[in-house]
Amino acid sequence: MSDTLTEESSARARAAWPARLGRLALSALSLLGMLAITFLGLLAVTFVIGRVIPIDPVLAIVGERATEAQYQAAREALGLNDPIWVQFAIYVRDALTGDFGTSLLTAQPVLEDIARVFPATLELATIATIIGVALGVPAGVVAATRPGSWVDQLVRLIGLMGYSMPVFWLGLIGLLVFYGELGWVGGPGRLDTSYEFMFELDVTPVTGAILIDTALAGAWDIFANALTHIVLPAGVLGYYSMAYISRMTRSFMIDQLGQEYITTARVKGMPEWRVVWVHALGNVSVPLITVIALSYANLLEGSVLTETVFAWPGLGLYITNALFSADIAAVMGGTIVVGSVFIFLNLLSDLLYRAMDPRARAVME
Amino acid sequence: MLIDQTLRRLLPALAGGLALVLMPAAHADTPADTLVIADKIDDIVSLDPAESFEFSGNDMLNNVYDTLIELDPADLGPLVPGLAESWSLADDGVTYSFVMKEGITFHSGNPVRAEDAAFSLRRAVKLDKTPSFILTQFGFTPDNVDEKITFEGNTLTIVTDKPYAPSFFYNCLTAVVASVVDKETVLANEAEGDLGYGWLKTNTAGSGAYSLRAFKPSDSYILEANANFWRGAPAMKRVFMRHVAEPATQRLLIEKGDVDIALKLTPVDIEGISGNPDVVVTDEVRGRIMYVALNQKVEPLNNPKVVEAFKYLIDYDAMAATFLKGQYKVHQAFLPDGFLGALTETPYVLDIEKAKGLLAEAGVEGFEVTIFVRNDQDRLEMAQAFQNTLSQAGITATLRTGTGKEILGEYRARKHDIYLGAWGPDYPDPHTNADTFARNPNNADDAGLTGILAWRNAWPAEEVNDLTNAAVLEKDTAKREAMYLEIQRIHQQTSPFAPMFQLITQVAARNGVEGFSAGGSIHSAFFWSVTK
Repeated sequence: MSDTLTEESSARARAAWPARLGRLALSALSLLGMLAITFLGLLAVTFVIGRVIPIDPVLAIVGERATEAQYQAAREALGLNDPIWVQFAIYVRDALTGDFGTSLLTAQPVLEDIARVFPATLELATIATIIGVALGVPAGVVAATRPGSWVDQLVRLIGLMGYSMPVFWLGLIGLLVFYGELGWVGGPGRLDTSYEFMFELDVTPVTGAILIDTALAGAWDIFANALTHIVLPAGVLGYYSMAYISRMTRSFMIDQLGQEYITTARVKGMPEWRVVWVHALGNVSVPLITVIALSYANLLEGSVLTETVFAWPGLGLYITNALFSADIAAVMGGTIVVGSVFIFLNLLSDLLYRAMDPRARAVME
Repeated sequence: MLIDQTLRRLLPALAGGLALVLMPAAHADTPADTLVIADKIDDIVSLDPAESFEFSGNDMLNNVYDTLIELDPADLGPLVPGLAESWSLADDGVTYSFVMKEGITFHSGNPVRAEDAAFSLRRAVKLDKTPSFILTQFGFTPDNVDEKITFEGNTLTIVTDKPYAPSFFYNCLTAVVASVVDKETVLANEAEGDLGYGWLKTNTAGSGAYSLRAFKPSDSYILEANANFWRGAPAMKRVFMRHVAEPATQRLLIEKGDVDIALKLTPVDIEGISGNPDVVVTDEVRGRIMYVALNQKVEPLNNPKVVEAFKYLIDYDAMAATFLKGQYKVHQAFLPDGFLGALTETPYVLDIEKAKGLLAEAGVEGFEVTIFVRNDQDRLEMAQAFQNTLSQAGITATLRTGTGKEILGEYRARKHDIYLGAWGPDYPDPHTNADTFARNPNNADDAGLTGILAWRNAWPAEEVNDLTNAAVLEKDTAKREAMYLEIQRIHQQTSPFAPMFQLITQVAARNGVEGFSAGGSIHSAFFWSVTK
């Protein structure tokens, strides 16, 4: 009997394999299809935006003094005299072949520009997210265990301040206090001037992220200096993401702590820290990942205001400058990077979701 | 209990975080041999001297390249030898000769020859980028320039199409577009016969005090001193220019001593640092003029009485004393103070009654106009103040705002009523502004003279056309000066332009930083003269 059963189930399992593969292929295909549609949508939207904004991209290049002939020559060179559908076709073709064109403002290929500015944003956003998670999750958990207590009020107050204070202002005040008055942290920019030269001379950029590059090169003094510069902007951004994460954690946790399995665990005599930090938090971690991924993605877009205040040469500033100057190629490239980041992080959180939630695994199988 | 446990777990992490934050920041002073400047440099489009026409790009190139004739940063005015040791004009009034200095080399080590100078000027004419008009106004075209600009041995010969005022020609040769590039290096990097245009956009090949070491657009650039600079190696071994868009951030940097010079501070910041003994603020009058112009295609703005009335409806003094304090001074002529023949008389003041009388004489009252102005704090505030004084005379003005390029596009197409904006001179000669404010060769719509302000405002400029054309040919500099004074007086009264203010740059420098010049009203910044 038992033998037959085993035989039967494994046979069923064998039979299910092709079907599972097929489903997997199908979901992979639909994923690819989604990606393709999303990208095409991205391209169409950026193209339309580029055409409807009442800014003349030619003037951006030739300047105010140009004669009509010089103006027309530049217009022709940009391909702006072609029919609009030809312009769109060229635009899509170039984007698909990875050629985002040359930025009008920097005269560099857009891809190179982005490779230069994106690591700065990535570095900042990653550290900010680490700060946000490291402080936000525990704060949310602690607040949830004692709703209405002074700890809860404190967490709420800090969170509320994070929401309501303009990042621009907080950044300036932070600079004024910690850099201007106390001198605890480095000033605006990614490095002190003297270290900037050392970096230029001693370190070959590999990733573009200064912390990683200097660590790889073993240039620990530059690493330390870069750290003093990133602490404040990352702290400001991290504060905002902490405010968001702690609030979400709190509400998820309150929800979980009211569940029956928690009562059961407590009745069984399980230590309270284990109930809270292992059982409840374990179940909260699934939706929390989506929250964290979203907040990380937002930071990766680049925070224009933070980057302005801290003279941080990141993606947000780059795209904003490009938009104001009608630098369509750069806007397109930047938008595609941001779009890809969102798609990738969505995918990642989806996969993590499946890995961590047994129910999602069950549905998969 | 739980909180205690939690805190106990959190405390080490918090302590670690604090330790990280408390790590002493590195020293604040800049390296002794390095000049660190905070400015806005996101306007740089090209580093090719044949193309660069933006303030911060020209500031850099002024220190990387040399021209045949140059300006002395300590005394902006008289011309001094650059790469040419002497120059002369033949009796025919059109043939100029320049004898090159011997022994000067480019950063590459190649010698600077008359051949390089000829190549550079021809190249700028042939590439025909925006600033090329500074040269082509002397009659050069891509076709004839090889015959007009020639060299033999160490002598460069240039033949102009008319006997212009020599001072006019020499002044134009100090502009960035006349920079001498290293012919061999540039041609070695030529692609598809572009005369090295693609390469020079982001590289440099000059003989100046500095060479470009690194350039990150909208972020920073580093210049390295040329040890063989013919004036002697500059005191500052390096110049580090940082793009700091936020003025408050610039202020923090200069107060902390992380930069030596900050160039884009607001009046509030300037006031804030006035008590700091480590920072010295100097005012430098610049070339930019703020003006209002009335489109002569629009009724009733084309009535001379209405034009005159508008000039009495601007509260020059109040603006200069309040929100423009320290940044602009009242200036009512088209030549900026500091130029040959600049008129400094300011006959107009706010006078509502007089304006009303003039409007009544013109037989108009209570009409509506639109003021075109770009989104920029100073300009918007000027436009609002103007709007307010216009309303006191019964004129309803609405503001049409937009980005610079947007508003400029409409201005160039003559689609505005009233334009409020800025104009900066292109080269240190009075003709630069006279050419655009006081001269209109053809007022027809299809003439498309979009670079000429008189044309943009549909003003035929009949009162001053001949005078302006004559002034550019006058050989006697004193007479030339008198002519420009006369042109400006006529222009001040009859033209539809109301120049209002001239820009003042407030340069904030650390105590001990000497010799910096932002270029005054006529030129770009000088770094090589700086010591600290």
